[in-house]
Amino acid sequence: MLSELRRLVGADQVLTAKEDLIPYSFDGTAALQQLPECVVFARSTEQVVGVLKLAGQARTPVVTRGSGTGLSGGSLPSPGSLVLGLAKMDKVLELDRANLTLLAEAGATTQAIADAASAAGLFYPPDPGSLKISTIGGNVAENSGGLRGLKYGVTRNYVMGLEVVLPEGEVLWTGNKCVKDAAGYSLRDLFIGSEGTLGVITKVLLKLIPKPAAQKTLLATFPQMDQAAQTVSDIIAAQIIPCTLEFLDRTTIQCVEDFARVGLPLDCEALLLMETDGHPGAVAEEAAQMERIARQNGATEVRVAKDDAEAARLATARRSALSALARVSPTTILEDATVPRSELARMIRFVAAVAAKYQLRIGTFGHMGDGNLHPTFLTDERNAEEMHRVEQAFQEIFTEAIRLGGTITGEHGIGVSKKSFLPRFAGDAQMRVMRELRRALDPRGILNPGKMFDA
Amino acid sequence: MTPPVSHLKGLDYAVVQQCMHCGLCLPTCPTYDATKVERHSPRGRIALLRALADDRMELTRTFAEEMYFCLGCLACMTACPAGVNYAELFEHARAEAESSGLLRSPRRNLIRAFAIRWLFMDLGRLRFVGRLLRLYQQLGLQTLVRRSGALRLLPRRLRELEALTPDIQPRFSAELIAPVTPALGPRRYRVALLTGCAQDLIFSDVNRDTAEVLARNGCEVITPPKQLCCGSLHAHNGEWALAQELARKQIEQFPPDQFDAIISNAGGCGSHLKHYHKLLAADPVYRDRAALWDRKVKDIHEWLMEIGVQPPARPAPLQVVTYHESCHLAHGQKITAQPRQLLRLIPNLRLVELPESTWCCGSAGIYNIVQPEMANQLLERKLRHIQSTGAAIVANGNSGCLLQLINGAKQKNLPVRVVHPVTLLAEAYRR
Repeated sequence: MLSELRRLVGADQVLTAKEDLIPYSFDGTAALQQLPECVVFARSTEQVVGVLKLAGQARTPVVTRGSGTGLSGGSLPSPGSLVLGLAKMDKVLELDRANLTLLAEAGATTQAIADAASAAGLFYPPDPGSLKISTIGGNVAENSGGLRGLKYGVTRNYVMGLEVVLPEGEVLWTGNKCVKDAAGYSLRDLFIGSEGTLGVITKVLLKLIPKPAAQKTLLATFPQMDQAAQTVSDIIAAQIIPCTLEFLDRTTIQCVEDFARVGLPLDCEALLLMETDGHPGAVAEEAAQMERIARQNGATEVRVAKDDAEAARLATARRSALSALARVSPTTILEDATVPRSELARMIRFVAAVAAKYQLRIGTFGHMGDGNLHPTFLTDERNAEEMHRVEQAFQEIFTEAIRLGGTITGEHGIGVSKKSFLPRFAGDAQMRVMRELRRALDPRGILNPGKMFDA
Repeated sequence: MTPPVSHLKGLDYAVVQQCMHCGLCLPTCPTYDATKVERHSPRGRIALLRALADDRMELTRTFAEEMYFCLGCLACMTACPAGVNYAELFEHARAEAESSGLLRSPRRNLIRAFAIRWLFMDLGRLRFVGRLLRLYQQLGLQTLVRRSGALRLLPRRLRELEALTPDIQPRFSAELIAPVTPALGPRRYRVALLTGCAQDLIFSDVNRDTAEVLARNGCEVITPPKQLCCGSLHAHNGEWALAQELARKQIEQFPPDQFDAIISNAGGCGSHLKHYHKLLAADPVYRDRAALWDRKVKDIHEWLMEIGVQPPARPAPLQVVTYHESCHLAHGQKITAQPRQLLRLIPNLRLVELPESTWCCGSAGIYNIVQPEMANQLLERKLRHIQSTGAAIVANGNSGCLLQLINGAKQKNLPVRVVHPVTLLAEAYRR
């Protein structure tokens, strides 16, 4: 098969040396590692078709990979697999100003898409933490979120069409540039969030929106975590939907400031990063209201970013939170349990109690405005006993999230790290339908086996 | 034969474990950007180092070559939220690659023995070779040889190298700078000026300008005529013992307790000079002095902005300048604001931001000599950006980059002047 692959994509696009495979034996997820058999770079849809046909004949598992920044092991190689790298299919193909859409190859980075949109005076809102390098194909496959989810939604809300290569090598287009489309099942939505198990996404047609005319960023400091949570609840209850409502706890603040040096206050228990955007008048009004609500809830300081550059620095600092937490411990294991916003304060207290119960160090940050938390345990994967406690703690956190009407993952996906929790969360009927769908599309079971659930 | 000392095994495992492979380094890495292959990325290289430390991989020639494909630009360190000390990993990995002997070849051994172990260990030798080169250039021999086509007889690599030979200055630092330059006006500080190795031959004028600017701002400048290489060349090329030897000699020549600051005007050297303590951590005799030394070493821009500079007063013609950042000044020393502040002090100087100003120009120590293909790609990218600014002057604070840009501009016939910020300041004072 290797020689046929080399003929298909070129010898230099097939990697088999150990020194080449080790750097592809992981993604952005902690404590997961598996060597693939080989890495193959495709540079066109036709090459993807060819690779899938060859892999199908040989029954070799195929794991699609963009930039490998996922946080649930979605692009972790399956044993004996071929890693299909799409990072070189990175062109933005078309920006349609008349229809406000953008067409890109799957390997284009989220940043390249945001930049292309911005250059045309338009806006692509989804902004996962790794946007500078994450690929749009990966964003769609994982249905990535980001800091702006609260007001603008997640990747799913911006996908208008997809080109997908099915496991048997057939190319399928789903969706189009129409705002309305009621023809048949929305297969497009089936592939969004499918984590590389149903097909290989090769092109993405995205919806763009007008760039907001103004924005304002506020940073509020709280002596207690509860006050920050209450502020978020009060802002939502006042029917304000800001673009961003992010929080950081004390541990996270310390780590982020160590790295980013943006002048975060270090003597507080919680920080809220709040951003409002839109019409200048509305922005000014909302910012004033949010400041008032924060102060009413005991904020000791509310700092307003003086310009776009400072606002961008603060957002970038927040995006670095997970990686910055790695400063204090060898292994950082994060989750993204998500609860309805009304249950936020309760969930935050629960997470803190669980960490105390299992004597674990934890840093918590996340998208408070949309109920998406990122409790992150600071541990060491070589300490088996502590890792066991981490597992127990997550069991409890997931159980509580489900009990409160939440979900086990808001934006990172199931992959391998949450695979064991999915059946309990999804229930028998959903699991059966998902299995049947997967078997129907991938009868030979070659796409990302062992991920999400066992087919 | 005794087994080679394993530099990687001696490394604290926590340094490799610090990397949580989030991938935020990838977009800042020039070799990953060019290839989109993970092995050529910081997290890929760290994964290989970790595999070595875990005994999941043998030390191989491919690994050794990979560590020399890395520019060592340290852009990944600026990007890394987890604070991985890639510089340390990189130096240890190259040292490991050298001690393994996997890269040995008669030609490489000869070049390394001549350049790293002989030439750059002693300024006298370097000056002697410099004089010969100067003679070759001044007597018109270079032009003659180049015109005669005799170069075509050389292998391609040597021909390319000949084209890179820098213009040697007519006079070296010791002929331009007195051993003691008194402060102009009241003495506020007593500083040492490091004149460097290659810098002394190629940019002795920058050294003179540095001494002048320092003196004008209240510094008494001590500049011993015979100085040494800082050892960065050696540390970055796997010669730890030689780097340590040079560090000890530097500390002997410039006892750090006798100066308010020890000034370096080359970003690459400064970045290494500030880490003698780490280099000599196991040396009980030098350890403490090395720690003090690290605190005293200042990049010229950093020092001038720290002490406050008297702005040049004379009116001047309009100069449009862009600033290309030396990797080891920006990423190694985190000095990005000060050079710009310094340039803005110059009357009638308009500073235009350079796109991708912190992206490596391909010089990277001797990278342009050993990896010409990647180096040229980076140089062309840099020159394109420089042209896009419309600036007639490019300022830069590191001799390696200056040389790379001068050669690039010459090859492309670009009418841009490549100059150290301190020279622009000195010129403004002289007006």
